[in-house]
Amino acid sequence: MMEPQTILPIGVGDVVPKAEQAKRDGKRLVQIGCTKIGDDFEIIYVYDKDYQLTSYRITVKQADEIPSISSVYFGAFVYENEIHDLYGIHVTGINIDFKGTFYKTTIKHPFSVTIVKEDDSCQNK
Amino acid sequence: MSKQITIPFGPQHPVLPEPLHLDLVLEDEKVVDVIPTIGYVHRGLEKLVEKREYTEYVFIAERICGICSFIHSQAYVQGIEQIMGLEIPERAQYLRTIWSEYSRLHSHLLWLGCFADSMGFESVFMNSWRLREHILNDLEATTGGRVIQGVCKVAGVRRDITPEKLDEMVKGLRGIEHELQDLTNVFLHDSSIQHRLKGIGVLKKEDAYQLGAVGPTARGSGVAIDIRETGYAAFGKINFRPVVEHDGDCYARCAIRAKEMFTSIDIIEQCAKKIPDGPVDMKVTGAPDGEYFSRAEQPRGEVIHYIKGNGKKNLLRHRVRTPTFTNIPPLITLLKGCDLADVPVIVLTIDPCIGCAER
Repeated sequence: MMEPQTILPIGVGDVVPKAEQAKRDGKRLVQIGCTKIGDDFEIIYVYDKDYQLTSYRITVKQADEIPSISSVYFGAFVYENEIHDLYGIHVTGINIDFKGTFYKTTIKHPFSVTIVKEDDSCQNK
Repeated sequence: MSKQITIPFGPQHPVLPEPLHLDLVLEDEKVVDVIPTIGYVHRGLEKLVEKREYTEYVFIAERICGICSFIHSQAYVQGIEQIMGLEIPERAQYLRTIWSEYSRLHSHLLWLGCFADSMGFESVFMNSWRLREHILNDLEATTGGRVIQGVCKVAGVRRDITPEKLDEMVKGLRGIEHELQDLTNVFLHDSSIQHRLKGIGVLKKEDAYQLGAVGPTARGSGVAIDIRETGYAAFGKINFRPVVEHDGDCYARCAIRAKEMFTSIDIIEQCAKKIPDGPVDMKVTGAPDGEYFSRAEQPRGEVIHYIKGNGKKNLLRHRVRTPTFTNIPPLITLLKGCDLADVPVIVLTIDPCIGCAER
């Protein structure tokens, strides 16, 4: 079995200070990812140093704005644009802001919609 | 200051097998800024967890990429096994390690061929792909698939390899080793290739780390990140050292891949010697309830599969952070200040896989 992992809940206001602290501690940004749980959206920021992950979770609504950490970690813009385009969550202050054109999707904010599993006739044959 | 002009690079370009677009801002022949654009072929595969049960979804995870497909399936099932607390048979762990190193070999040979072709070095291109056929034949003989293996499953693997076949595989790899050496010698010591790569597209160690570079892009700049060192699968029982270069230029990134092929052969040989007898899978009941960041080292670097389940057959979330996705910000830094003529070479040295990035 591999190492246990914990994800610490933080407030939206702590996102940038935690990123600054991670950078001071010599951690690299591993990823930012979003998950839709009911009407809420969980966004997890993951940092790494010496193969030890440190993860922070914020829980927001789609209408909420979250601050960009791209001023701390330049590479965060790819994750933040992705979250905006797939989930419709507005991220303020991104260093390279594609304004919704990072992904070209048929459905606007496709990951903010939950697919209800339907009867698949092919599988039932 | 010279007048600035912006020229488009891609999404259709002779050196790009997949669509990546770069807006290159030039002053004379120098690139002063770069705006990358992806998203031309975004598939939304992660969304399919809502329609496919977690055991079926392995097949989708494997299809994220046609080059490192096995390692995608391995990272996915690893995450499920962690959440469910499954201790899978040791033999399955060794088999996964062997197949993942075969994937690395085939990916690096594919890249070496494509890279040589982009510079007009046709003989290196053809020899790389000739040697790659040997790797693909072994993959096909042991898994049934050359590109998509379909052999990984939750709590084990679908196929075993006989001891005789393992011996044959190791002998085969040792047989082509001298040809690989000849190939990499040409690639690394040819004066025209050195002239084309040395001192070009330099990524400093601090930049590589802070920008989130992974894989050969990071290790070529002296950042010794190799997730195999965490000991997942059977890597914890194998002796190996990550290949690290320090110059940070195009040549260093190429040298990493060339040298890593010999590390992979060593790892496969060690696995063949140490692999224990026993079953290759186990019965699974229930469904994952929890979350986990599963990491593995792909040919292009660290991949992360985030998996979240709530005890039902369909996962709540599967999110994949692929190495190419996180290597895009370092690419911007690499290109700033380079000559326009060097852009194709620099882009190829991060070995971009847009299929992965657009999962």
